[in-house]
Amino acid sequence: MTATAPARTTAGTPAGTAQVPAGAPRRRRKRQWLPYVLLLPVLVAELLIHIIPMLVGVGMSFLQLTQFYIRNWTGAPGAGLDNYRFVLQFDEASGKALLHSFWTTVVFTVVVLACSWGLAMLAAIWTQHAFRGRGLVRTAFLVPYALPVFASVITWSFMLQRDNGVVNHVLVDQLGVLDERPFWLIGGNSFWALIVVEVWRLWPFAFLALTAGMSSIPAEQYEAAAIDGAGVLRSVRWVTLPNLRSVNQVLLLVLFLWTFNEFTVPYTFFGKSAPEQADLISMHIYQNSFVTWNFGTGSAMSVLLLLFLLAVTAVYLLLTNRRRPVDA
Amino acid sequence: MREPTWFRWSRRIGLTVLSVFALLPVWVMITTSLKPLSDVQGEFRWFPSTITTEAFVEMWRTIPLGRYFLNSLVVSVAASVASVMLALLAAYAVSRYRFLGRQAFSVTVLSTQMFPGILFLLPLFVIFVNLGQTLGIDLYGSRPGLIITYLTFTLPFSIWMLVGYLDSVPRELDEAAAVDGNGPMGAFFRVVVPAAMPGIIAVLIYAFMTAWGEVLFASVLTDESTRTLAVGLQGYATQNNVYWNQIMAASLTVSVPVVIGFLFLQRYLVAGLTAGSVK
Repeated sequence: MTATAPARTTAGTPAGTAQVPAGAPRRRRKRQWLPYVLLLPVLVAELLIHIIPMLVGVGMSFLQLTQFYIRNWTGAPGAGLDNYRFVLQFDEASGKALLHSFWTTVVFTVVVLACSWGLAMLAAIWTQHAFRGRGLVRTAFLVPYALPVFASVITWSFMLQRDNGVVNHVLVDQLGVLDERPFWLIGGNSFWALIVVEVWRLWPFAFLALTAGMSSIPAEQYEAAAIDGAGVLRSVRWVTLPNLRSVNQVLLLVLFLWTFNEFTVPYTFFGKSAPEQADLISMHIYQNSFVTWNFGTGSAMSVLLLLFLLAVTAVYLLLTNRRRPVDA
Repeated sequence: MREPTWFRWSRRIGLTVLSVFALLPVWVMITTSLKPLSDVQGEFRWFPSTITTEAFVEMWRTIPLGRYFLNSLVVSVAASVASVMLALLAAYAVSRYRFLGRQAFSVTVLSTQMFPGILFLLPLFVIFVNLGQTLGIDLYGSRPGLIITYLTFTLPFSIWMLVGYLDSVPRELDEAAAVDGNGPMGAFFRVVVPAAMPGIIAVLIYAFMTAWGEVLFASVLTDESTRTLAVGLQGYATQNNVYWNQIMAASLTVSVPVVIGFLFLQRYLVAGLTAGSVK
């Protein structure tokens, strides 16, 4: 779920479902069974890879599934709501750690979203109208998105090395901004290192989506704005942004879900033990499950994470869809 | 619209800064892969002191990179081909028919995309281990096991992308095929699939890229013999000496197939995005 798709924007729009295929009703009477036959393989696959594992996962969260029972999970004693009570005990160490990880992830997500969207919006506005070298710049921007995440994150961790990395070389030796060489992958700095790398990797996707959205804005709208005396800023405010509404609605949601669930970047950076200051929620659950081998509490945390994401998504969609008619 | 001078200057400066930000790791990756080991142990150098391909030769010996490469290739190809084949049939049904449960199916597929991978990892791990224990089916640590888990993320977006591409194939083509005496499946394979081929290949490459970079499942569900590149590359760092030049050479090598695929794909991705977000 980490290295993910530009396709999701396509996927995310309700447009696909809302469309009525022309000529469909005629076939409908004749071959009502055919679509089900076509769907059958996928339904079986969905059952095996999504639905059963999810039900098992929810079931596991109500079991005392410690290392003794992982090989024989039917023998695990029931735990009722104990796992949930345990992980939500915010005055105990484990509950505190979960809460800390949650807030770290919230701050991480907000900062990454704001930076990625901001950079992408600026870059998309700058490259909206043709100029010499535009194609080259656009391709350059997509490179971070094209590289496999693990390869580019490994490169960043070399760049962020204290003694032989390029970042400290520039900051300390060449510009002299800092007097001492800081560690970037240990302690508090690791949180900011994580943000920079996540933004580096994510903003090209937002750029791609916004550029695609801008390319379909009719030129007449800009001409009309220009005739009305609107400058660059005003035409961005009154033409570009309103036209990007539906793109932004989907884009922000997708960016939120990816960032909140991010695992590849911290795992490649820190291996199996992330510093406390950069303990993102996916890593937290992962470490907890595979260090303590208590899959019961791990599953309880996963279920809570899912409920949180569902709630945020539902509220977001309700709010953005309700406001639309007023704005449009 | 005439662009004011301040806008042109802000564009020049802004785009330069962003390009440097985007390409700096690429520069570091390429130059470091051409450095001798002594160059990466001291202070960072922008250029190699001497250009050598030693890292590209040595990297295969420091860790079993060849094996990881093969594992990644097998798993990614199998997962992407399987998910596109499954998804194609489902996408045809969703794109061309109105049937009871169509909406429910679409919403289910869409919503599984937002589920955190960790939610599937824990139960799949337990299921695999217990299947091995009780039925003797060894999915844990095996390539088929990893391929199955990769379908959890390649299948949903393959279905969604393909519905989009099939929707863009005009219905008149189906009807013309029907006039020529083809049944719905004949029309599908003889007319719709060939017309949607660029899109199908785009989805295939995209699924391949996602599987190629996957870390979460691979870090838990593989052992030394089935390890993929995404996890195996970390092996360089556990050596006594950190061979940064070899790590960068290996990172560059494993990136090349994916970047080429992406450049090919770019056109279709942008087309797909525009279609999806504007409708």
